[in-house]
Amino acid sequence: MIPQAFDYSAPQSLEEALGLLASGDRKILAGGMSLIPMMKLRLAAPAEVVDLGRIAGLDGITEAGGFVHIGAMATHHTVETSPAVRASCPLLAETASHIGDVQVRNMGTLGGSIAHADPAADYPAALLALEAEIRVVSAHSDRTVNAADFFLDAFTTALEPGEIVLEVRLPVEQSSEGYGYEKVAHPASGFAVVGVAVRITREHGRIIMARIGVTGMGPHAFRARAAERLLEEGAAPERAAAVVGEGEEANSDLYASADYRRHLARIHARRALAVALSRAS
Amino acid sequence: MATTISKPETLFGKRIRRQEDPRLITGTAVYLDDIKMPGMHHACIVRSPHAAAKIRAIDTAAAAGRPGVVAVFTAKDTGHLGAVPCAASLPGLRVPRHDLLARDRVYYVGHPVAVVVATDRYLARDAAEMVEVDYEPLPAVADPEKALAEGAPAVHPEWPGNVAFTFHQEGGNIEQAFSEAEVVVKQRITSQRLIPTALETRGVVADWRPGENSVTLFSSTQIPHLMRTLVAGILGMPENRLRVVTPEVGGGFGSKLNVYAEEALMAFISMRIQKPVKWVESRRENFTCTIHGRGHVDYFELAARRDGVMLGLKLKLIQDLGAYHQLLTPAIPTLSVLMMPGLYKFQNVSADIVGVFTNCVPTDAYRGAGRPEATHGIERMVDILAAELAMDPVEIRLKNFVGNDEFPYTTPTGLSYDSGNYAAPLRKALEQVDYPALRREQAQAREEGRLMGIGVSTYGEICAIGPSPSMPAGGWESATVKIEPTGKVTVLTGASPHGQGEETTFAQVVADELGVPMDDVLVVHGDTSVVQYGIGTFGSRGTAVGGAALFYALQDLKAKVKKFGAMLLDAPAVILSGGSCVDERTGKSVSFAEVAAAAYHAKRLPPATEPGLVSTHFWEPPNFTFPFGAHVVVSEVDRETGDIRIRRYVAVDDCGKIINPLLVDGQVHGGVAQGLGQALWEQAVYDENGQLITGELTDYALPKAHLMPWIESSHTETPSPVNPLGVKGVGEAGTIGCSPAVVNSVVDALSPLGVRHLDMPLTPEKIWKAIQGGQA
Ligand SMILES: Cc1cc2nc3c(=O)[nH]c(=O)nc-3n(C[C@H](O)[C@H](O)[C@H](O)COP(=O)(O)OP(=O)(O)OC[C@H]3O[C@@H](n4cnc5c(N)ncnc54)[C@H](O)[C@@H]3O)c2cc1C
Repeated sequence: MIPQAFDYSAPQSLEEALGLLASGDRKILAGGMSLIPMMKLRLAAPAEVVDLGRIAGLDGITEAGGFVHIGAMATHHTVETSPAVRASCPLLAETASHIGDVQVRNMGTLGGSIAHADPAADYPAALLALEAEIRVVSAHSDRTVNAADFFLDAFTTALEPGEIVLEVRLPVEQSSEGYGYEKVAHPASGFAVVGVAVRITREHGRIIMARIGVTGMGPHAFRARAAERLLEEGAAPERAAAVVGEGEEANSDLYASADYRRHLARIHARRALAVALSRAS
Repeated sequence: MATTISKPETLFGKRIRRQEDPRLITGTAVYLDDIKMPGMHHACIVRSPHAAAKIRAIDTAAAAGRPGVVAVFTAKDTGHLGAVPCAASLPGLRVPRHDLLARDRVYYVGHPVAVVVATDRYLARDAAEMVEVDYEPLPAVADPEKALAEGAPAVHPEWPGNVAFTFHQEGGNIEQAFSEAEVVVKQRITSQRLIPTALETRGVVADWRPGENSVTLFSSTQIPHLMRTLVAGILGMPENRLRVVTPEVGGGFGSKLNVYAEEALMAFISMRIQKPVKWVESRRENFTCTIHGRGHVDYFELAARRDGVMLGLKLKLIQDLGAYHQLLTPAIPTLSVLMMPGLYKFQNVSADIVGVFTNCVPTDAYRGAGRPEATHGIERMVDILAAELAMDPVEIRLKNFVGNDEFPYTTPTGLSYDSGNYAAPLRKALEQVDYPALRREQAQAREEGRLMGIGVSTYGEICAIGPSPSMPAGGWESATVKIEPTGKVTVLTGASPHGQGEETTFAQVVADELGVPMDDVLVVHGDTSVVQYGIGTFGSRGTAVGGAALFYALQDLKAKVKKFGAMLLDAPAVILSGGSCVDERTGKSVSFAEVAAAAYHAKRLPPATEPGLVSTHFWEPPNFTFPFGAHVVVSEVDRETGDIRIRRYVAVDDCGKIINPLLVDGQVHGGVAQGLGQALWEQAVYDENGQLITGELTDYALPKAHLMPWIESSHTETPSPVNPLGVKGVGEAGTIGCSPAVVNSVVDALSPLGVRHLDMPLTPEKIWKAIQGGQA
């Protein structure tokens, strides 16, 4: 449980940080809740860690132009309790509340979680359901990636070398929307064996928009598009939930086989839909 | 001299907060890793990544050349030392030599191969990676039943077949019982491997003092004195030149009832480098290298009459031993056999143990040590029989209990149960849950398609371990009581409490016996240079054996105090009351402090009496004690996901007389938590190649606060006649009573689907599959 020797730097500005990250065997240190355990287990051994914690302004939460902007360094606790997030995209606040324990939520960050892309992390499900946009920058680029194009595989994202997650943009929820996040927590790690985030809009009693993000089931989080379509075509939630995970690869481990995970994704999609429907006005 | 006599308040039975807690919860207690010494070096152990391999060569040059590294040791350096000891003996037991460091072969993942010593622990860890070991991997076997199969790889090449021992015990007439039986139920029941996971991992600091020609060994252990004797033996040094000090111990649960290679290695290294050296186990090492618990595959057959009267029990017990015997490894399953009849009065048993080597870390005592396995077995079998006969599981138990008038009761396994009232805790628990109403609710739930279960376990256990003839190194315990010249009282106990709370309960006993305030009493333990020889804390013996020793030491001392009191009061005799010696004729008294001063100043002495007020007592228990109890679990299973929700957990334990109900509740709660861990979550799993795949806390699911049900704990009190305090022991009761109650409850919930048995842990997927199977 002792990491290899490494250097540490704490840049004071974003430019300085991006300059450092442009070369060398360097890794960003955000909340350290994933990086430090990996270093202690010697699964990661960067020559240098670049701590983003001293750069002012990376953790802000603002609302403008119909979007909520959340800085990458916002902690899970901040996301969970931010009045802006709770009012404008409560699905994300609710999801944040399911992450780890209080200590982890006080340290871990939104940017760190999505950059790490643990297949069992909670946020990706919500970001997919919310159709989030992720702004990534490097010393010489600045681009925006849709959440649906961001999570490529287990621990693999669309980030290029030298790029960092700067902020996450989420559309402000309409008053007619309902949402829900249902999670099966692994009894040892607390991570999601399966997590399903749902967002729906109901008009005249009909679902006119449905977004379903699923995490934990497969090597990366995905959108259950077939189920979304069925719901938008007027299918009953049970029927739609029953196709969640169809055609998607499922993980298997000591705790839950692929079949069981897929089954859980469907059951919890149905349950999350029921919660969302009860909340949709 | 005063003349007021205050009526003493007895503290026995009072809910008093633990004396030891303030230092523990304010972070001012000193644990092993808090120990720092000038010039202290740090050791890191190079361990085998293979479950079985030949060692072709070890190259330590690169590691030795790293900055800060002062030495690298391999078996070449330590080969002359003794082996890691096994104290248990059984006829025909095969005992592989357990070298401190592997010689030419490794036998499990984590097997120590070399030790790197450096000026700090970071440098030691980095250098350890540079030790090059050339391994030739060999086929391994990690499953005890596979290890017994034809053609299995031999864990120890000299013993193909992997059988370390077989052991047979029987009582009564098992053949007749089975031939007279109207019904026989059979079941294979496993008790999976568990990782004890003390919050504080193991650790050792060794400090060689050349001027004194002695080594001080600080170790996080449950058995300082036994460790001193055994480590001195490994090192070939005189025992009195080795001092073992036990700082605060952050949990043991049996995993520190042992002597491991590291204790002897650190003492050896300190002598070689002439500096203090520290080794603290990492969590990964704790999982792979410290003993595991359980590891049973049990085949039970229970014979009965159709009216539910049980006649006899057969058991074939396969014990996964791991690659070596640790201190008590082969003895643990024999405890299961002793307890296999549980609380029931059938007189015919037969048991066959096969102890099997596997390429895994050794198993040994873990909270309950053999008794949870036995209790789980008999309590599951009783339920299976009840289901077979369509009888109520409560009724069948009441029908078979040993009766209140039958104590002392001799079991077919040769034990003598001291005292009991087995129906009492069961009745109390059932009243608490309103059993008939629960059954009605269950019938209703079943009609609605809900899966609700009610599970009962009525456990017995064997505590106060134990009379010396049943123990390899003695089963007595010792106590010294010293009344200091100012009247303060110091107790030295040979038991080595590490969380059980004897600093509090022993102070209560002293306060009651001597009439002094509890705050005047200091209980000292865990330093072999300060405390007379003792056996230690395990097997729920600390209070039941150590407390009895204390009681008798106090009686001797009281007699002497009275002599001095009588002398000071010029009375023929005095009584002890309210912290004073009182002359009952005149009402005159002298305080304790006055008596103590007189005994030490010794200006005058009573006839034939020496100065000082110190008494030591070694107490040999005439028997074990046998606590018992009933746990009732109400559960509900989510039909769709297989999730289990424990709606109620009621524990009624009878541990004899209760000195401090607060501490007893604490023991029950902790014990139940670990029982729930086994029932629902925990399992140490090795893959086919002997790699531990539950090697981290992210995979190995310990019970956590937010997963715990509310535990409704209460008691009945049936005193033990074995010791003068009437106590029985409660350290392991919660664990022993728990797992069958949980599994019985969940199987009861699933019984409408035809489910008859499920092995632990009851993971949701396992339940879900059982539901799928049942519905198909
Ligand atoms: C006990 C425990 C329980 C947990 N339980 C859960 C859980 O239930 N659900 C869950 O989702 N997670 C859980 N986590 C993980 C936690 O959410 C982490 O905080 C998160 O995965 C990583 O965020 P961080 O800020 O700590 O990142 P760090 O650990 O600092 O970094 C993680 C990785 O991301 C990179 N990185 C960090 N920030 C950026 C950035 N802005 N741009 C690009 N790369 C970046 C780092 O270089 C590193 O590779 C748990 C962690 C612990 C220790």
